Amino acid sequence: MSDKILQISNPVLSISNLSIAYGKDKYAVKDVTADVKRNAITAIMGPSGCGKSTLLRAINRMHELYPNIHTQGEIKLNGESIYGISTTKLRRKIGMVFQRPNPFPTMSIYENVIAGYNLNGSKLKKSEKDEIVESSLTDVGLLDEVKDSLNKKGNFLSGGQQQRLCVARALAFKPDVILMDEPTSALDPLSTAKIEDLLVELKEHYTIILVTHNMSQAARISDNAMFMYLGELVEYDKTKVMFTNPKDSRTEGYLTGKFG
Amino acid sequence: MEREAIIGEKDHSNWRELKNRLFFGTVVVLAGITISPILLIVYKLLAKGLKQINFDFFLKVAPDTLQAMTAVRNGEIIPGGIANGITGTILMVVVASLIAIPVSIVIGIFLYENQGKKYANLIRSLTDILQGVPSVVLGLIAYIWIVQGVTKGFSALAGSVALAIMMLPLIIRSTEETMKMIPISIKEAGAALGVPYHKIILKVMIPSGFSGLMTGILLSISRVLGETAPLMLTTLGSTTINFNITKPTSAVPLQIWEFYNNPNMIDLVWSSSLFLMGFVLTLNIIAKRISMKYS
Repeated sequence: MSDKILQISNPVLSISNLSIAYGKDKYAVKDVTADVKRNAITAIMGPSGCGKSTLLRAINRMHELYPNIHTQGEIKLNGESIYGISTTKLRRKIGMVFQRPNPFPTMSIYENVIAGYNLNGSKLKKSEKDEIVESSLTDVGLLDEVKDSLNKKGNFLSGGQQQRLCVARALAFKPDVILMDEPTSALDPLSTAKIEDLLVELKEHYTIILVTHNMSQAARISDNAMFMYLGELVEYDKTKVMFTNPKDSRTEGYLTGKFG
Repeated sequence: MEREAIIGEKDHSNWRELKNRLFFGTVVVLAGITISPILLIVYKLLAKGLKQINFDFFLKVAPDTLQAMTAVRNGEIIPGGIANGITGTILMVVVASLIAIPVSIVIGIFLYENQGKKYANLIRSLTDILQGVPSVVLGLIAYIWIVQGVTKGFSALAGSVALAIMMLPLIIRSTEETMKMIPISIKEAGAALGVPYHKIILKVMIPSGFSGLMTGILLSISRVLGETAPLMLTTLGSTTINFNITKPTSAVPLQIWEFYNNPNMIDLVWSSSLFLMGFVLTLNIIAKRISMKYS
């Protein structure tokens, strides 16, 4: 295997020879092979349209919502193929946070956090629900800010608070992996800083994969970084190594601002 | 002088001012022409219909000709009311809604989920055509299907089916438009939690679009409330209050037509029209309120 791809022992996720095409031959992701380190933040960088979002969405099979999608290759979560289990089960193990905060507008803050259980028809006792909501909101540092308004709708929250609510909603399932698709791109700098701090705290218990086209964000908080270009995984290394000593000229060009 | 030199032509500002005023005046006059019919209608209905409106008007059935004639002779207000019409209208609209709402919401969501697909476009075009079909034709169809085929006689059910067909395209389109307004990210949020497709639709999308769906439903109801032609062919009318959907039933617009044909009951035409207009207007206002409150 190429020396541009980081080797990881006991990975939580291993992607092998993954190719994804829209329609017949428009490849968004080309033959990507990479392992993802447990309890770490892995950033996926690259210019717009390089396939980073598609790669991210392939990990919890969200990309299958798009029409005419063709997927080849394999992704394993803790050694088990993600195609061997139902998407419902898979998405409980791999949570997702989106670019724009998207709490359910018709639900209260409490219902939003527990939505994954309620919508899937899980029958939990009230005390179990309370516990999940409390621990999830504590984890994202939102509990003190919203504890008096748990039964109100979340639309009075700021963008940053809404995004943390969405993280809490993903945490409620205690997933193995959390996928984040540019989670701060719609937020102001202060809220962004809070989310970044949160991610660094969360990696103690969770594995985070973060798509970003903000290079400094990747440099600040990620442990490992992938650089994608035109659907290919060009380089994958420890973030510090990649930012100081990129092995591929395309990575260097992107990191030094020659394109992107 | 200096300014003329700079712009190189005469100062036209007076002419422009005049044009501006002329244009404004035209807009005001045309707006006045547009709203004058509704004002005249409301004025006429109130002036001619209000005196008949009392408790009996809502609680009693239509008078027979003799009662009406005696009252008119003596210069009294006509006794009785339109209770048989009001109950009939409500019965038929409720049954029509029960038929039309579930079907149209399902089709509306189907169209939304299949944007740009050929069969969806075909269904959308057919829906538009259905909206253009004259209501009397729908009445004929309901006559053949239900009056001849099912109830073997004029019936409220036949009227409801005709009204339901009229409601379909309105609710289908409003459902599709409402669904389009909901950010796709809400749907993705559901999918990312592993929620199955049908539950995303039922528990996430429909609640999120509730106000839009309600508005569409109320507007479609207010649209069919005043329909007369299809009801003449299907439910015929009745002089008594009837809640059996297999029997002929009265309706407010049908009663207006019956009163119109009876020289002694002309006053009831106006009061029934006033009631119908007020009912439709109220529904429209509620629909507007709902859409404003939740948007």
